[in-house]
Amino acid sequence: MDGGMIATTQALVRFVGVQKTYDGEHLVVKSLDLDIRKGEFLTLLGPSGSGKTTCLMMLAGFEVPTQGEIFLADRPIKNMPPHKRDIGMVFQNYALFPHLTIEENVAFPLSVRGVPKAELKDRVSKALQMIKLEHVANRHPGQLSGGQQQRVALARALVFNPALVLMDEPLGALDKRLREHMQLEIKRLHETMGITVVYVTHDQGEALTMSDRIAVFNDGVVQQIDRPDALYERPVNSFVANFIGESNVLSGTVQNIEQGYCQVALDGGGSVLALAVNVTAGGRTSLSVRPERVAIATADDVDPAFNRLPATLKDLIYLGDHTLAVLATPGNDEFMVKLPAGAYAGLSQGQDVTIAFRPDDCRALDPV
Amino acid sequence: MTAAFVAGAEMPLKRRLKRAERARQFRALGLVAPLLLFLMFTFVVPIAGMIWRSVDDWEVPQVMPHTVAALSSWNGQGLPGETAYAALAGDLQAARAAGTIGIAAKRLNYVVNGFRTVLTSTARNLKTAPEPGTAKDTLIGINPAWGEHATWTAIKSASGPVTSYYLLAAVDLTRDADGAIVASPDDQAIYLDLFGRTFAIGLGVTTLCLVLGFPVAYLLANLPTAQSNLLMIFVLLPFWTSLLVRTCAWIVILQSEGIVNGSLQWLGLIDEPLRLIYNRFGVYMAMTHVLLPFMILPLYSVMRSISPAYMRAAASLGAPPATAFFRIYLPQTIPGIGAGCLLVFILAIGYYITPALVGGAADQMISAFIAFYTTETVNWGLASALGAVLLLSTLVLAAVYGKLALGRQNTGGLKN
Repeated sequence: MDGGMIATTQALVRFVGVQKTYDGEHLVVKSLDLDIRKGEFLTLLGPSGSGKTTCLMMLAGFEVPTQGEIFLADRPIKNMPPHKRDIGMVFQNYALFPHLTIEENVAFPLSVRGVPKAELKDRVSKALQMIKLEHVANRHPGQLSGGQQQRVALARALVFNPALVLMDEPLGALDKRLREHMQLEIKRLHETMGITVVYVTHDQGEALTMSDRIAVFNDGVVQQIDRPDALYERPVNSFVANFIGESNVLSGTVQNIEQGYCQVALDGGGSVLALAVNVTAGGRTSLSVRPERVAIATADDVDPAFNRLPATLKDLIYLGDHTLAVLATPGNDEFMVKLPAGAYAGLSQGQDVTIAFRPDDCRALDPV
Repeated sequence: MTAAFVAGAEMPLKRRLKRAERARQFRALGLVAPLLLFLMFTFVVPIAGMIWRSVDDWEVPQVMPHTVAALSSWNGQGLPGETAYAALAGDLQAARAAGTIGIAAKRLNYVVNGFRTVLTSTARNLKTAPEPGTAKDTLIGINPAWGEHATWTAIKSASGPVTSYYLLAAVDLTRDADGAIVASPDDQAIYLDLFGRTFAIGLGVTTLCLVLGFPVAYLLANLPTAQSNLLMIFVLLPFWTSLLVRTCAWIVILQSEGIVNGSLQWLGLIDEPLRLIYNRFGVYMAMTHVLLPFMILPLYSVMRSISPAYMRAAASLGAPPATAFFRIYLPQTIPGIGAGCLLVFILAIGYYITPALVGGAADQMISAFIAFYTTETVNWGLASALGAVLLLSTLVLAAVYGKLALGRQNTGGLKN
């Protein structure tokens, strides 16, 4: 976890030892230390109940940390009411005020701040232009489609130029196509306006597409916080490896660790060399191998540095841009291999093959 | 070929659809028929009857049919001819024999005070039918009133079949001898004040209910389910006891020797009992208590549907709690406020038992007078007219509310 390595001056928001419990027995957030850098797009990703939304609500001011402190621009904000925080927020169901027109909705944060009428009008029309919805300015939210409402909610949260914008699963209610379109639009707004965004989602695809960094939450703890590619390529534990993208798991026992690599005796028989990430010598481990990092070999033409395991091809699933091979290998009956388009020629169901992967692509993590 | 087939098939398809729809409509009608019939006999018919009674003018035509017929050709100038006097004499004798003279006397007495005496004394003194041609002189001889123009215009004005007398009287208007609409004499002009008082009490009770009910409804809508259910039971508790019992309980609490005065005196805060009942205070207190649930329930149902996300959104956009409440929450509760106020106001202006029991003489509302006219003086016409005016004002209110509510809906609805 490299969150602590960021210099304080860079951090816009700092969570320091934050804990939260609702019932006094069970911690929803267990000792959170998290720095959010100025201008970054940080996604809090995790399954439901992992504490990510609670963190967002504490930052917005709707929940008070049971312990710890939150700093916004180096000022403690634990006891500051939400309306004084100047944090824009986009809600899951948009929360557009149904009795106000689109224009009045977008003008609301400005009018409560006492912005002069002429300037207010100007800024609202610019905000509506930005989301390309000038033509619906006088309609009510109920007359707009879901995607349009979402854009209005965005404009409303951005119009008062907050330094920080929070988004709580804002695209959850939209269909897939619209969601992908909105992801790019939010990303564009983030880049053009230079704001800091904290985005909560349980959709890992969304997180990978949009984020500068992703904090993976599970069980009230940040499991790993890193750039999307690093998170995918170099998960630090089994939870992250399995939560982000597809991963093949092979269980075994670590025999020895040498120069960052370890020899693992697999439960199903055989032994492989793996990158020692999160293991101790003699301990149990779960190996994680990405499906696209595995090759299927039919002959003994494999680089000797590769790990090799015998396998039986159970199924070939054609998916257009790639083909998914399902294999049975000792210790894992559902070993997935992603084959690039056209690379499955010569393979047939029931065939005995060899699967091969580099030790660098095989990460020895904590046992599942 | 295909087009022709489709065109030909269109008619049977439409007919089939209609037939299928008709079966469904009949079934729906069958399901609501019992209620429709019930409403017909318990609601539509009585109300129609009441409205009819407020204009029905049956007494004089029934008791004095010949006089009415004879007067139909009278132009209203001077005195009517000999035939009218003869018809009157005949009618009076017949009515006296049948014992129905009081019915007509009562009706005519509304128009001209003292008419009852004129009619009954004339009937009593008219031993035998006057000789032909002498009816006019005979009657004027018995009572000089028969020689006055106003006496005859009074009979003509009450000759039916319909009259505007009661409806005009209900709004403090009357017709003078020439038939022009003028203000009622001061001693009879009490109804506008009465309506004013009724609406003032209704408005006061509605305001009190709103002020007291709004926070409770808010609490109900925002508490955790278990607690809000408990609170809801307390809100609904008054519905489980009869209106009479609740009102009498207020008498016990508020009277001079009651709990409130007793406690205040015991605490030494007051030296002699406060007058808390048999005045306007008691009426407001008891009626507000009785009508409060009718305000809370519509408010609650509207507030329940307002997502807490709106208030959070308002706060995150920089609105302090008070601003968020007045600009975001309150406007969204307006449908509930409207429905609750309308309900409470309409119920309040029709209240009878509560003001009768806990109010003073100056706190009686229009219903008390309607009851008075139906049970004490048996003046159904005026009672019905007062009821009709009350009904009309209620309908106007409901229509205004409906128009406002519809206007809001047309702006795109409150839900998103």
